[in-house]
Amino acid sequence: MNVFIILFFTVWIGGWWLNIRLSYLKSSHVTKIFIPTLFGLIILLMWELIVIGLNINPVLLPAPTAIVLKFSNSLSILWIDFVQTLIKGALSGYILGCSAAIITAIAIDKFDFLKRGLLPLGNFISALPIVGMAPIFVMWFGFDWESKCAIVVVMVFFPMLVNSVQGLELVDHSRQDLMKTYNASYTQTLFKLRLPSALPFIFNGLKICSTLALIGAIVAEFFGSPIKGMGFRISSEVGRFALDMVWAEIFVAALAGCLFYGLIALIEQRLTFWHPSNQK
Amino acid sequence: MKRSLINTSILPIITIVFFIIISWYLVAIPMNSEKVSRQFKNLDFKEHVEKSWNLKKPKLPTPHQITSEIIKTTFYKKINSKRSLVYHGWITLKATLAGFVLGTLLGIILALGIVHNRAMDLSVMPWVIASQTVPILAIAPMIIVVMNSVGVTGLLPKAIISMYLSFFPIVVGMVKGLRSPDQMQIDQMRTWSATPNQLLWKLRFPSSLPYLFASLKVGIAASLIGAIVGELPSGAISGLGARMLAGTYYGQTVIIWSALFAAAFLAASLVFLINFIQNYTLKRMAIIR
Repeated sequence: MNVFIILFFTVWIGGWWLNIRLSYLKSSHVTKIFIPTLFGLIILLMWELIVIGLNINPVLLPAPTAIVLKFSNSLSILWIDFVQTLIKGALSGYILGCSAAIITAIAIDKFDFLKRGLLPLGNFISALPIVGMAPIFVMWFGFDWESKCAIVVVMVFFPMLVNSVQGLELVDHSRQDLMKTYNASYTQTLFKLRLPSALPFIFNGLKICSTLALIGAIVAEFFGSPIKGMGFRISSEVGRFALDMVWAEIFVAALAGCLFYGLIALIEQRLTFWHPSNQK
Repeated sequence: MKRSLINTSILPIITIVFFIIISWYLVAIPMNSEKVSRQFKNLDFKEHVEKSWNLKKPKLPTPHQITSEIIKTTFYKKINSKRSLVYHGWITLKATLAGFVLGTLLGIILALGIVHNRAMDLSVMPWVIASQTVPILAIAPMIIVVMNSVGVTGLLPKAIISMYLSFFPIVVGMVKGLRSPDQMQIDQMRTWSATPNQLLWKLRFPSSLPYLFASLKVGIAASLIGAIVGELPSGAISGLGARMLAGTYYGQTVIIWSALFAAAFLAASLVFLINFIQNYTLKRMAIIR
């Protein structure tokens, strides 16, 4: 038993006790943020101590400090990868795929026949492992970001389509009748009533797709990419057993995913302030 | 209600599938035409079209090529042969199911902890929700390689990837489900002086089942994706993911597409199976009619 192992258990039990004590405090904004943060910090501290204490090979599990060090030392490489994979690949595909899906949803919404055929099919396709199409797109569109953009478009299209169609469908009939009594045209009803009331569904789809887009862009790079990009870096650094760099990339991916999701949630709150779930 | 829905949807679905197949054949002509004109000279239009639908290594294989490849590798190869699709599918399915079962069990246990323990709810739940926004699949190659270097190979590393992919949706769904009984129902149980155990098994657990089944469907689809991606980086030679990768290396597009369709078939039948169990269970419990 060395000092670090003893420290590990002290932190574990101490942190446990502290979190239980804190959770019986009156819940407020402070505790809601403070308790999970503390929990995360305790886990990180335990991770660091166990790596030092058991002398774990950095090839298996690098310590958090080593990852942070690597992260701050290779900011320029991480930035290049970030732009290549997330901005060029994921974001462009996300915007293209989601807007195509919303436009398609509006188009097929007019035809009940299409809607009844596409909705079950779309639901079915959403459950399929579309990531597997990545090698095909890499063959068609080349190694660069265009193929990643294409796979992201296909991955986000169907979940987004299903959500938008459902949202457009669920408009209250009395409201639609009201629009009719105002003698509103189709476009007026669409933009002033149906699209706004479909927003909660559309944003639900946008949120699901934000994770899918990141996954698609990263996994597609495992099948071939130029010598930059997060997926490329992860698979090549894993091959060299440079796990601290891999963790740094994963950290970037996690951070980007959270921020992107948060941004969408923020816009949603602004646009759907009228929805019951946003009212206190 | 349910039956009439099926009757009215079948015709539109068939029409759209038919439309997709037609446009597939049409798109295949321009996509393969470059290769055809490189291989053959002096074809009239009809021959050109025919050749572009039956190339050996086409850019876009046609549905009948893929179907015949699937039939050939499914029924006319020995099941334990390296060229049998059943063999590769079974390898992937094993990892998927192992990971799915582990992920489901762990997810339910964690959800029970979160619902019953305030400290866990406050400290773990935000992280579980945050993890949904993170592309966790990126860790897959690392898990495979690290576990390989400790000497763990084969099924287990892939199952672990499947496990953590199916784990998070199940925790989120299960916590929602276990909390779905409203205060009035819980108070009713209290007036019957139900023990915490009875409250769990007779009220919370039954009312969580619709949520559980919904997340099981998400979870099994995620598990399959995890198993397939887990077969990519390790230099694996068996499994549907490895088959796709091999197809990429040798430009055998028909093999990639047939592996893709096999994966789609697996995903569809797994989701269908859970759907079937769901309908049966919820009907017996009179939650749905």
